[in-house]
Amino acid sequence: MSTVTNSDIERAPDRSGATVGNETLLEVRDLKKYFPVKSGGVIRRTVAHVQAVDGVSFTLNKGASLGLVGESGCGKTTTGRLITRLYDPTAGEINFEGTDIGHLTRRQMMPIRSEIQMIFQDPYSSLNPRHTVGTIVGTPLRVHNMVPEKKTLPRVQELLEVVGLNPEHYNRYPSEFSGGQRQRIGIARALALQPKLLVADEPVSALDVSIQAQVVNLLRDVQDEFGVAFLFIAHDLAIVRHFCPEVAVMYLGKIVEIGDRETIYEHPHHPYTQALLSAAPDVKQAAIGGRRERIRLEGDVPSPINPPSGCRFRTRCWMAQEICAKQEPPLLQIGKRHKVACHFAGEIHQAPARPITTEMLGVDDQGNPTGGATPAPMQDQPGFADSWFDLKSKSVTSA
Amino acid sequence: MSTDTFERADDMAAPANPSDPFLVVEQLTVKFPTHDGLVQAVTDLSYTVERGKTLGIVGESGSGKSVSSMAVLGLHDPKHTRLSGSIRVDGQEVIGAPEERMRKIRGNSIAMIFQDALTALHPFYTVGDQISECYRIHHRVSRGEAKKRAIEMLDRVGIPQANRRVDDYPHQFSGGMRQRAMIAMALVNDPQLLIADEPTTALDVTVQAQILDLLQDLQREFNSAVIIITHDLGVVAELSDTTMVMYGGRAVEYGATREILTHPEMPYTWGLLGSIPEVAGDANTRLIPIPGNPPSLLNPPSGCAFHPRCPHIDKVPGDLCRTTLPDLVPGDRGANHVKRCHLANPSEIYAGEVLPEIAPDLIDPETGEMIPEIAEVDPDEV
Amino acid sequence: MTGFIIRRVLSSILVVILTSIFVFVLFFKGLGDSPARNACEKLHNGRCPAPVLASIKHEMGFDKPVATNYAIWAKGIFVGRHNVYSDGKGYNCPAPCLGISQMTSNTVWHDLKTKYPATMTVAVGGASMYLVLGVILGALAARWRGTFADRLLVGGSLIVSSIPYYLVALLAWIYLSLQLKLFPNTGYYPITSNPGKTIAYMALPWLVLGLTNCTSYARFTRGQMVETLNEDFIRTANAKGVRTNTVLFKHALRAAIVPVVTIFGLDFATLLAGTIFTERIFGIDGIGNWSLQALQPPMDINVVSASVLVSAILVVVANLLVDILYSFIDPRVSIA
Ligand SMILES: Nc1ncnc2c1ncn2[C@@H]1O[C@H](COP(=O)(O)OP(=O)(O)OP(=O)(O)O)[C@@H](O)[C@H]1O
Ligand SMILES: Nc1ncnc2c1ncn2[C@@H]1O[C@H](COP(=O)(O)OP(=O)(O)OP(=O)(O)O)[C@@H](O)[C@H]1O
Ligand code: SF4
Ligand code: SF4
Ligand SMILES: [Mg+2]
Ligand SMILES: [Mg+2]
Repeated sequence: MSTVTNSDIERAPDRSGATVGNETLLEVRDLKKYFPVKSGGVIRRTVAHVQAVDGVSFTLNKGASLGLVGESGCGKTTTGRLITRLYDPTAGEINFEGTDIGHLTRRQMMPIRSEIQMIFQDPYSSLNPRHTVGTIVGTPLRVHNMVPEKKTLPRVQELLEVVGLNPEHYNRYPSEFSGGQRQRIGIARALALQPKLLVADEPVSALDVSIQAQVVNLLRDVQDEFGVAFLFIAHDLAIVRHFCPEVAVMYLGKIVEIGDRETIYEHPHHPYTQALLSAAPDVKQAAIGGRRERIRLEGDVPSPINPPSGCRFRTRCWMAQEICAKQEPPLLQIGKRHKVACHFAGEIHQAPARPITTEMLGVDDQGNPTGGATPAPMQDQPGFADSWFDLKSKSVTSA
Repeated sequence: MSTDTFERADDMAAPANPSDPFLVVEQLTVKFPTHDGLVQAVTDLSYTVERGKTLGIVGESGSGKSVSSMAVLGLHDPKHTRLSGSIRVDGQEVIGAPEERMRKIRGNSIAMIFQDALTALHPFYTVGDQISECYRIHHRVSRGEAKKRAIEMLDRVGIPQANRRVDDYPHQFSGGMRQRAMIAMALVNDPQLLIADEPTTALDVTVQAQILDLLQDLQREFNSAVIIITHDLGVVAELSDTTMVMYGGRAVEYGATREILTHPEMPYTWGLLGSIPEVAGDANTRLIPIPGNPPSLLNPPSGCAFHPRCPHIDKVPGDLCRTTLPDLVPGDRGANHVKRCHLANPSEIYAGEVLPEIAPDLIDPETGEMIPEIAEVDPDEV
Repeated sequence: MTGFIIRRVLSSILVVILTSIFVFVLFFKGLGDSPARNACEKLHNGRCPAPVLASIKHEMGFDKPVATNYAIWAKGIFVGRHNVYSDGKGYNCPAPCLGISQMTSNTVWHDLKTKYPATMTVAVGGASMYLVLGVILGALAARWRGTFADRLLVGGSLIVSSIPYYLVALLAWIYLSLQLKLFPNTGYYPITSNPGKTIAYMALPWLVLGLTNCTSYARFTRGQMVETLNEDFIRTANAKGVRTNTVLFKHALRAAIVPVVTIFGLDFATLLAGTIFTERIFGIDGIGNWSLQALQPPMDINVVSASVLVSAILVVVANLLVDILYSFIDPRVSIA
């Protein structure tokens, strides 16, 4: 059972009504972050760029959660850090409640900073070992003048209780807590400012399996109770599925597929998503004797310094054809809440014989330009449109 | 592969009975005296692994998985370790064996793959050097031949252009390639026992899948015994024939893998199964975490080590769980499935209480019984 | 690799040029016209008539701006200078011209060349001694860490390094050389004419340098080794069945030696720039002694600035060599 339910905190009266709204909280548009690669020597020239995040767009509603999955180095953490403005974006917009915070100065960010908080991956290194838990959780309160000085301690204790820690332990140091408890401290710190958006960067990866569930449940309770929106970053597909009704799959700095949970997990249309899902070991399947067919991907993720031309996945894709090297597939909406970036998008083993993108790109089947592109709706725009490109009828449809 | 393993020949002076399991561990206990006290890392651990079979060891961080398997290779510093019990590799006792004999076994008939291949490979030597070093220790061959062998092994584990990549340094390899190089090194002497300590924990899922497939193929090819250590039940489910669950330095459940996963009889195993979300399961079920924290190995809990966290403690009469250590004995499912728990009717509790909570999709909605595929698992089949 | 070396060489040259400007300007400005006054008083027995002073000042360049003087001086290093004024006379100073020494009236370069072999011999011999001894002792102590031998080494080395170096050197000279006559008289004997004699004369200084300094190297190496022996790749080597000594000296030492090399590079450069105590106590006529004499009033400014420049070059070169050595030891560095 979750520790929050055990504690005697009052639950929000209406769990569904107040939380997940239709109002957009965050809209990320064509976000890019290039890290310079410097040469050695006295004069350190920039010799190349790591295209860590290269044109990412999505929206996140108030109280909703979006999962961000993908392999190591695909830019998940960088995206999270851009949104919390720990990094400055190279290009693109981050609209938080309608204001583009991508280019605000430190001072201008101050009031917004408290609204967007981050939970870090490593509960061991993200807490200052020389500060007590009370100081760690209380500092944001003091910095942002959230509560009068003498109310700080009661508020800290309240927060500790929310995350299932003993409020009497405010005077202890992080080293006196276990990994799961430390992650709770990190969550309490993030909650101190009553943020509207929590960016959780692999919040459970460093924890033991049995402890992971405690923390995931806690995050769920926090969301139900306070209506916080989550950008949930993880490489564990099962955890993301468990936590997020909407999931974006990233590959080498780009979103290759985004959609609601059922679509992504039951009907993935991008070969990479399909491979990722088939690779995750599955206990129950194996236990009852069945083993899902596994797609074997060759090789590793290519370098983001010099990504492949056209479709970035083509070096490992078993369906890649000529057009994939020549044309980058647009992130095309193909369902009510489903977008995919692949010339041959389709359910597994049902990929279309011809590229689906030729008309909107104005190219032939091999990817050579023919002129006269007819753009599809919502191509590379954040969020979902009311009409989309239907794969069966090969035409624009709406609900 | 030829059998000109000259050093192995004198090792195996006493020919072992080929029907005996390749590895027999009996009542292994490993303790580390430290400044804070005696760390009881492994207590009274027994298991066997046969040729061609895979044993999966799962358990929480610090439950003694690595320590116990390092003991098989005799890798503990005798000055700082107290070892007791018996470990027999192909009939030969390992505990107390002279260093020189252990040296001939290590990397030769028993090889080990470590978790983080970047730190486990020497940063200053080429991958090829490190693989051929392992070959040359145990075979009297020239440098050139050893290098050829290294290329052959790299090729076998799927490194493209192995003859060029053989001269690369580990940092020039990606994570998955390093792990493959590590596997190549472990396999270079065709070991009869391969111990893989979390071989995929640091890797991405797609790369993990590649490595697991590779391990399975190679095992089939050489008929070696394999121990795979992991905290990922999914890996165990796909790879191992038998599974041992460890908690607080002891085995708490041991049996055929399908049996353990479908008819677990020990509350900690239930907890493990309940805490992992499934890629294919119902997304809206709540995860059932194990409350509390892992036990201290300096002052292990009295009685059953799991009792401070066990939700079923009240089903055991009296104070038994707190006072008496349960034995590792068969439950209701036959002699080949043992568990360390006082519960008298674990199968009933699992089917009636636990399964509906952790995996409602495995219950037939009409009858309220387990779905047939699960119910029919044969406890003795390995 | 080549690119890396070229870049490092260029930046080293930059450092040397900057140091030379710094040194030259500081001395030239700092001393004002006092060198000219000194020379004038020397020529005229303590008195100094104004017209003479003016002409000396002109000869010495005090009527020109610092930059011009620096340019003349720097150009002289490459092409030589004619008619360099010193003590009322003009000297010819062929390239590389670092000026004329007031002490000897020779060119500074000439003196440098005669003094240098002695310092070099002391430094190379002593440094190789302490490096080899220290590293081996440190590695063995790490292997037997926690044992009596280890504690003895660590404790002993602490004691040795707390005694001032000159005291050890002095006592060693008095007892081992003078009293017990275990070693012949010390000093520098040109290595080209009789290497055996050179070694015999140098043995004591080398030994003293080696033994006193090796303790800190042993401790440092031990620390690095203990850390390295806990690395995963050492466990891998053991799991492969590699012999204990091979693990120690091939696998562990190769990784542990990197920071030792860094420190050694700098230490060695300092040694090369002159070992004042060693040279004085053992009566070796080297660079250290030479620059010490030059510092006595009236300061021999050309010798002093030359020796500063030489030490700067040595430190820079040592750093460069260490970096290059690095990229041989650690393959990850060479790409930088
Ligand atoms: N500060 C930085 N400077 C240069 N490159 C960086 C920096 N931070 C990240 N990168 C690079 O950007 C890419 C994306 O990194 P990021 O940390 O966002 O990946 P990730 O998806 O979070 O991966 P992981 O799952 O391993 O955490 C990587 O190639 C990384 O090496
Ligand atoms: N040399 C040692 N000295 C003292 N304690 C040790 C030593 N080696 C291991 N331990 C302790 O023994 C216990 C068991 O460690 P072990 O490495 O076997 O755990 P594990 O099950 O492999 O965990 P993980 O999943 O984190 O690898 C741990 O508590 C560890 O701290
Ligand atoms: S666009 Fe081509 S290469 Fe890319 S995922 Fe689709 S089929 Fe594969
Ligand atoms: S013995 Fe008791 S405490 Fe231990 S697992 Fe069984 S029921 Fe729980
Ligand atoms: Mg990350
Ligand atoms: Mg381990």
